[in-house]
Amino acid sequence: MEQLKTIGRELAMGSQGGFGQSKEFLDLVKSIGEARSKAEEDRIVLSEIDILKRKLLEPDIPKRKMKEYIIRLVYIEMLGHDASFGYIHAVKMTHDDNLLLKRTGYLAVTLFLNEDHDLIILIVNTIQKDLRSDNYLVVCAALNAICRLINEETIPAVLPQVVDLLNHQKEAVRKKAIMALHRFHRKSPSSVSHLISNFRKRLCDNDPGVMGATLCPLFDLITEDVSSYKDLVSSFVSILKQVTERRLPKSYDYHQMPAPFIQIKLLKILALLGCGDKSASEIMSMVLGDLFRKCDSSTNIGNAILYECIRCISCIIPSPKLLEAAADAISKFLKSDSHNLKYMGIDGLGRLIKISPDIAEQHQLAVIDCLEDPDDTLKRKTFELLYKMTKSSNVEVIVDRMTDYMISINDNHYKTEIASRCVELAEQFAPSNQWFIQVIMNKVFEHAGDLVNIKVAHNLMRLIAEGFGEDDDDADSKLRLSAVESHLQIMSEPKLPSLFLQVISWVLGEYGTADGKYSASYISGKLCDVADAYSSDETVKGYAVSALMKIYAFEIASGRKVDVLPECQSLIEELLASHSTDLQQRAYELQALLALDARAVESILPLDASCEDIEVDKDLSFLNGYIQQAIESGAQPYISERERSCMLETTDYHSQDHHEVPSHALRFEAYERPKPSSLPTQASTELVPVPEPSYYSEAHQPISTSSVSERESSEIKLRLDGVKQKWGRPSYQSSTSASSTPPQAANGTSSHPDVGVGSSSLKPRSSYESKKPEIDPEKQRLAASLFGGSSTSRSDRKSSSGGHKPAKGTASKPPKENPIPVQPPPDLLDFGEPTATSVTATDPFKELEGLMDSSSQDGGSTDVMGVLYSDAAPVTTTTSVDSLLSELSDSSKGNPGTYQSQTSKGPNSKEALEKDALVRQMGVNPTSQNPTLFKDLLG
Amino acid sequence: MIKAVMMMNTQGKPRLAKFYDFLPVEKQQELIRGVFSVLSSRPENVSNFLEIDSLFGPDSRLVYKHYATLYFVLVFDGSENELAMLDLIQVLVETLDKCFSNVCELDIVFNYSKMHTVLDEIVFGGQVLETRSDEIMKAVEEISKLEAASNSISLVPKSVSGWRGGR
Repeated sequence: MEQLKTIGRELAMGSQGGFGQSKEFLDLVKSIGEARSKAEEDRIVLSEIDILKRKLLEPDIPKRKMKEYIIRLVYIEMLGHDASFGYIHAVKMTHDDNLLLKRTGYLAVTLFLNEDHDLIILIVNTIQKDLRSDNYLVVCAALNAICRLINEETIPAVLPQVVDLLNHQKEAVRKKAIMALHRFHRKSPSSVSHLISNFRKRLCDNDPGVMGATLCPLFDLITEDVSSYKDLVSSFVSILKQVTERRLPKSYDYHQMPAPFIQIKLLKILALLGCGDKSASEIMSMVLGDLFRKCDSSTNIGNAILYECIRCISCIIPSPKLLEAAADAISKFLKSDSHNLKYMGIDGLGRLIKISPDIAEQHQLAVIDCLEDPDDTLKRKTFELLYKMTKSSNVEVIVDRMTDYMISINDNHYKTEIASRCVELAEQFAPSNQWFIQVIMNKVFEHAGDLVNIKVAHNLMRLIAEGFGEDDDDADSKLRLSAVESHLQIMSEPKLPSLFLQVISWVLGEYGTADGKYSASYISGKLCDVADAYSSDETVKGYAVSALMKIYAFEIASGRKVDVLPECQSLIEELLASHSTDLQQRAYELQALLALDARAVESILPLDASCEDIEVDKDLSFLNGYIQQAIESGAQPYISERERSCMLETTDYHSQDHHEVPSHALRFEAYERPKPSSLPTQASTELVPVPEPSYYSEAHQPISTSSVSERESSEIKLRLDGVKQKWGRPSYQSSTSASSTPPQAANGTSSHPDVGVGSSSLKPRSSYESKKPEIDPEKQRLAASLFGGSSTSRSDRKSSSGGHKPAKGTASKPPKENPIPVQPPPDLLDFGEPTATSVTATDPFKELEGLMDSSSQDGGSTDVMGVLYSDAAPVTTTTSVDSLLSELSDSSKGNPGTYQSQTSKGPNSKEALEKDALVRQMGVNPTSQNPTLFKDLLG
Repeated sequence: MIKAVMMMNTQGKPRLAKFYDFLPVEKQQELIRGVFSVLSSRPENVSNFLEIDSLFGPDSRLVYKHYATLYFVLVFDGSENELAMLDLIQVLVETLDKCFSNVCELDIVFNYSKMHTVLDEIVFGGQVLETRSDEIMKAVEEISKLEAASNSISLVPKSVSGWRGGR
């Protein structure tokens, strides 16, 4: 039957001449249409390509035949095959005088070539000629072609002609000339900047079509620069008025609506012009009101205009009356059966709640219906709406829904987006830490762990380490225990994301044995399992080994005898020979640690010290004597940082030893001696030899063992002065909080700032609404929990929304303003014996309280959570030991020769982290130091 | 701005594809396939809109309409109105219907270059140029006349004036 129909069509086409296809082309199309598989289709197309290649080589091809071939080329390219062998023929065809052939040529080249293609140069001349043609169809064809073929360089070649065409007698040509100019403006605004007035002029064209076309470029221009078009507000309004009053010719009606596309464009422009402009908004409010009344909501296009009106009202400063009209229109959309209209309704609601938050309430049930709709598009739009209206009272329900949805979909792109939204909302509004951990850890991490940003993991670790920030150790340890428990549970599941495993390992290492519920051998067995099960993932293995080390350290420190499980032993042995220097070093460190006595171990890895701050002696002044000695014996003095800065910038840590000042030409003079880099007080020359001098290695044993790995990152945390505060209000508070939080003296005499310890309230806010009668109770409940907070009392809501807005600002803005990247908390606790003494006795929670107190004063308790969870709070280091070590390793890195031996064998770590560290290093200049630190450490 | 117009049948075979910014052939194919796989997984009676940032970059939307064996697809950015784009598809289809009287997939397949002519009259360089199907028809017919005239050029030389007939 289908076949017969095809043949019938073909015959009909053959007789009428149609658009001039030949039998061969029709056969080709038909056989492709009937192809059963992609392979078969490919075979047909390939043989067609062969035929065409052969035919195009024939001499004296009749023009009609050639046109036919070119159409066939276009066709096979649409099917995804390369037709570049025929491009030149298409180009040639544009030169033809016959309009038909010319059009075919233009069609083909616009589909084949991009604007930077070499062949374009052969067409520009033809285009120039055609733009001057008497035949307007030729001109139109050329205008059509320039939209695609002209690039920035060739615009000047055709620009004068196009400008002339703005006054062409045919409106079709004027229209296309405007569009072409618009296209030029998009491609290269500077090339047509002097012609912008033409657009204004054409707005007064007596042909409404031309005027309508002018709105497209004007829309773009106004988007870029609103202020210089304010004078047009009244013109646009009067045009819109005329259109709605049906002053245009009847032919512009579409489905009984007068020129709807022009109306929509005008409304878009008015939205731009009225944004934040009271007087402009007033001018247009009249016509907008008319539109609401006149629009026929039974047709699709009528609704399109209505939606555009809503959009416009959400941008301008609307009168209450207009708002009401918009709200009515939205409720009509939401009540409609059409999914399209519901979608528009949800979208409109999302726009309108920004200016009038109460509006969502009336539609709660409709919104919930949309959320449960099988239509994915609608669902996503609704999630977007929920995301916009999340506050502390409904965050649990919303994030719950979002995570459920996230788990159910496969689309990675959207999964990532929704996962990051969940995290963002949870960080901003989380009612309790337990909840945060449950949601972020168990749901988001387990299902989208590889998709979320790494800093989320670090935030989670920090949260567990810091606990509530209240003076409530009990709650903290409960929190940790629950984290450990749920982690132990989840661990057994197969194929967890790497990031999640890192968090698990860290938590188990840090708190696995903390309250004695689990034995060290149980936890270490679990950690070995992780290292075994994910043996290809070095980062996870590294985390697992470090966790093991912590477990053993805690055991030793508490005086218990450590018996290393056989599987741990074999793991360590395996890693001792690992190809990864990082893993190797960790294994060696672990081994060394097991041999130490309890006192030493305790100072290396103190219990629960991950939040302590460490004071670092940046100047390494304890080395002064040594330096003096070196200089006396003829070493070169220190070269200041500025002199080295250019070199530092290009320094790649890994290739330190190869690194010289980059030179591009052959050098004939001798190489200069390696320059010292960032160890400020050290003369390097003496230290260059690769086999370390014994005195050196002895003195610096700790440094060499301290891995230069991921740790340098934490340096910044200590450096609060000069760094913009991320806690509380960014500006004025920063100085106070910064001064109150810097790390204490390293020798243990902590001068702990006891600022305003008032327990800030962090009560979980689950102010669920009491049920309302009527309708499905399930839905009611959901609605209540979603919209509840708002419907209770206006004043309440106002205060709460007023409350967390600033929090949002403070929580999210600082990271942007602050150039310093949020660093991943360093890979945790390796070692370096000496560090322990430097750990301050400060209670981190006390510090937190001080901060929280100040921030909660203005923000209400919600903010505290927001602030608390906002990444990169610089005050708290995740692991104190690391920061010290990183400091050291940082400096060691800067010094090419000196630490070479260590760098090459020990730490390794990932490039990214190092770059990160480098950037940070640039951003923060080391200033403070404590000379006594290393004396203490090294005795 | 409109980024692309596509027509494909329910088996995913492209019938017409036009991208308003240049894309290499492979990329075009990838997008066509991507769009089709999304469309084919959509149930009946749901909205005609899709947000497809994953294929076309941020702020890309897609509107499609399913007619018999064909999907008509428009891809555009945030500066267009979804419902209006839906109507633009309507305009296109109405015009094609007038061109071919009761348009079906075969008409589109066999009149490849005419399809492009029609489309060029409606969307120009990514902007909506004309939405009155009568006007579009007029323009297309003028070109069609030329076609007919020039088809006979080779047979009957006298119709040389034919190619000026469009004026």
